[in-house]
Amino acid sequence: MSHAVVQRRVLDWAPAIAVFALGIAAWQGLVAAFHVQEFLLPKPSVIAQTFWDERGGLWDAGIYTFKEALGGFALGSGLGILFALLFAAYRPLGTAFMPFAVAANAIPIIAFAPIMNNWFGLLNIFSKMAIAAVLCFFPVLINTVRGLTSVDPRSIELMRSYAAGRGSVFRRVRIPASLPHLFAGLKIASVLSMIGAIVGEYFGGPINALGVTILNASAYTNFPLAWAGIVVASAFGILFYGSVALAERLTTSWDPSRRDFQTE
Amino acid sequence: MAAIAIEQPRRTRGADTARGAKRVALVLVGLAVFWGLWEAYRWIGERAGVTWPFTVDDTNMPHIHEMLRVLTKPLQPGGPTLLHYEWHWALFTGKEALVGFLLGGAIGFALAILLAHSRILRRGLLPYIVISQTVPILAIAPMVVLGLGTKGVEPWIAVSVIAAYLTFFPVAMNTLRGLLSPDPRSLELMRSYAASRNDVLWKLRLPASLPFVFSALKISATASVIGAIIGETPASIQDGLGGAIVNFNQYYSTAPTRLWATNIVCAALGLAFFAAVLIAERLILRRAPENIA
Amino acid sequence: MSATRPAVSIKSLSKSFKTGVTALTGIDLEVRPREFISLIGPSGCGKSTLLRIIGDLIEPSEGTVEVNGKPAHRARLDHDYGIVFQEAVLYDWRTVSKNIALPLELLKWSRDKRAARVRELLELVELEGFEDNHPWQLSGGMQQRVSIARALSFDPALLLMDEPFGALDEMTRERLNLELLRIWDASGSTIVFVTHSIPEAVFLSTRVVVMSARPGRIAGIVDVDLPQPRTGRTREEPRFFELVTQVRELLAAGGAEVT
Repeated sequence: MSHAVVQRRVLDWAPAIAVFALGIAAWQGLVAAFHVQEFLLPKPSVIAQTFWDERGGLWDAGIYTFKEALGGFALGSGLGILFALLFAAYRPLGTAFMPFAVAANAIPIIAFAPIMNNWFGLLNIFSKMAIAAVLCFFPVLINTVRGLTSVDPRSIELMRSYAAGRGSVFRRVRIPASLPHLFAGLKIASVLSMIGAIVGEYFGGPINALGVTILNASAYTNFPLAWAGIVVASAFGILFYGSVALAERLTTSWDPSRRDFQTE
Repeated sequence: MAAIAIEQPRRTRGADTARGAKRVALVLVGLAVFWGLWEAYRWIGERAGVTWPFTVDDTNMPHIHEMLRVLTKPLQPGGPTLLHYEWHWALFTGKEALVGFLLGGAIGFALAILLAHSRILRRGLLPYIVISQTVPILAIAPMVVLGLGTKGVEPWIAVSVIAAYLTFFPVAMNTLRGLLSPDPRSLELMRSYAASRNDVLWKLRLPASLPFVFSALKISATASVIGAIIGETPASIQDGLGGAIVNFNQYYSTAPTRLWATNIVCAALGLAFFAAVLIAERLILRRAPENIA
Repeated sequence: MSATRPAVSIKSLSKSFKTGVTALTGIDLEVRPREFISLIGPSGCGKSTLLRIIGDLIEPSEGTVEVNGKPAHRARLDHDYGIVFQEAVLYDWRTVSKNIALPLELLKWSRDKRAARVRELLELVELEGFEDNHPWQLSGGMQQRVSIARALSFDPALLLMDEPFGALDEMTRERLNLELLRIWDASGSTIVFVTHSIPEAVFLSTRVVVMSARPGRIAGIVDVDLPQPRTGRTREEPRFFELVTQVRELLAAGGAEVT
């Protein structure tokens, strides 16, 4: 990379880095100034220390919870894609059921977590996978259907002019066109699956799970540990989201609408 | 952007009511189908002794009509019906969600307007706003409620804060996207009028952002209800639906239908919020119909 | 009002972009008031860029541009011109009336004045009855008429038009050409019109400015001495064909590939 490009990159990121540094410094400073706050919001240094001390347990807990999330993500997204293909291929089915999917997405699905625990057992990993799966299913379904059905009519007409059958149209036009929407849904699902796993554990779960760790730590006012747990949860969440985003970039680099914001 | 057709015929009152009635009928049919599937699975599961993925019995899969019937029964002997309680819990949780929704929405909206006008601020803050979307925010819920509780803050306020937090990010991101959505031509046009930044904001950016804002509000409507319910659970706030879920969960084996009934009420609350935003969107937004195949 | 001061005066203008592309070089041009000037040239010759420089939407690298005797920048701030693009650039959330009224709102006209002016303009572009329609309910030609009405709303002395009829079919185009001439006559404004179409340029203009391929220069100017007002029959006159040929040859000489 040329010197100018490197310089550009650094300048681009400078404000964000400045904000981060300022934020951490402010956190550290303000907590020191208002000493009483430490009870609720420990200093970053304290959190870091706790994180280091408990890193073994936290890592294991994180992995366990991440497994729940990943399993739920795979199950829910897989089913979501399957049903989306079904609904896109057989329109009447789609038009009949999509309103329900949208409505279901508007419901606090997470409230069903206790029921999942009752069905599959508190300590059973599947109980959290199930709630994560249900959370992932609807966004993936809705987004993928939107992607499969909102194709420019002219692309379809073009394929018809080549005497391409419906199956061919589906494969060559709709599915590639739906990828950006699919990934939008998958990104949402990656976040939701983590939330589903952790919040599901708040209703009961094995001791070595991350959500349970955080909850117990909060209940015993061991806030540094709770925050350390949150950091771990966030780290897994960011990594998960980032992986999906990376996969998206690799498979849909052609899509011009992928730019997030217009450059002035 | 150019439409091919000339003006479309005005929709008549009759056509609209017919369409609405059709929708309602479709919904009822769908619910009936779901009801049927549930009861069918139950019937078969019980007869066949299904144990995977879970045992099919009265505790795990109560009859749907039982779930509804328990609402009419008193919660304590001789006291008001469960529905009476659920109604009050729903109002309590709804209030928390609404306060959070309005607060989070307002802050998100204001922040987006600020960010739309400052590239430096965008570069500085956007990465964190984006990252925060990937953080399991609900994970912080117990700490916020418990922590603020120890400082003497009323629980419902803490819960509203959670709801606000969940609302804030989708609204901020989407509003920003919407504010920056006008194409270069539209901006050139405004320049040709020597329009001030304020003019461009009010006459172009804000109206252009409304569809984006509404799609965020639809997400936020649900998110704030979820935030309110979950926020109540760690502290077992007795006055709301979250607390009810925790309680009924504890006594699930003795009265499973109560938990299910509460879930139904939660669903209704979420739907109510969503529907309210939908209605507002329909009233406020006037845009070209999508041209999709 | 001085009759001799040019409406647009361009001296030694050139424009290079940061990417290294030289779009325009050595442009000298004077447009007299009430003229109808067409800018025509091959793709990439910089005619749209030139139009935007006149409108102070882009800055020149060298040279000066004066509009109405003022620097282009001042002219823009004083609302001395209206602009029409190839896309109508109407706002979906506004009705036809409100779209036309947009510049008037920015100029802080009172509601009554705005309403009266919008009514006049709707008559002018023959869109009465469509006040409350939304842009997506109109055909492309109608949308452009709204765009023209909007550009004329504050009665500017100069009208800049960037291939406004480029996206329309031939018949609509010819009809709108006639309408534009009628509007030009009624409003008394000066028009600078960018186009790809040689017949359109000759039909509409008092003079046709032919530009060469990039970097854009003025290859030549053709005086169009066809009688006014132009009509549908004008396109069938022998003189019309002569002028079209003249323009075509200038284009070829300037490096355009003309079949």
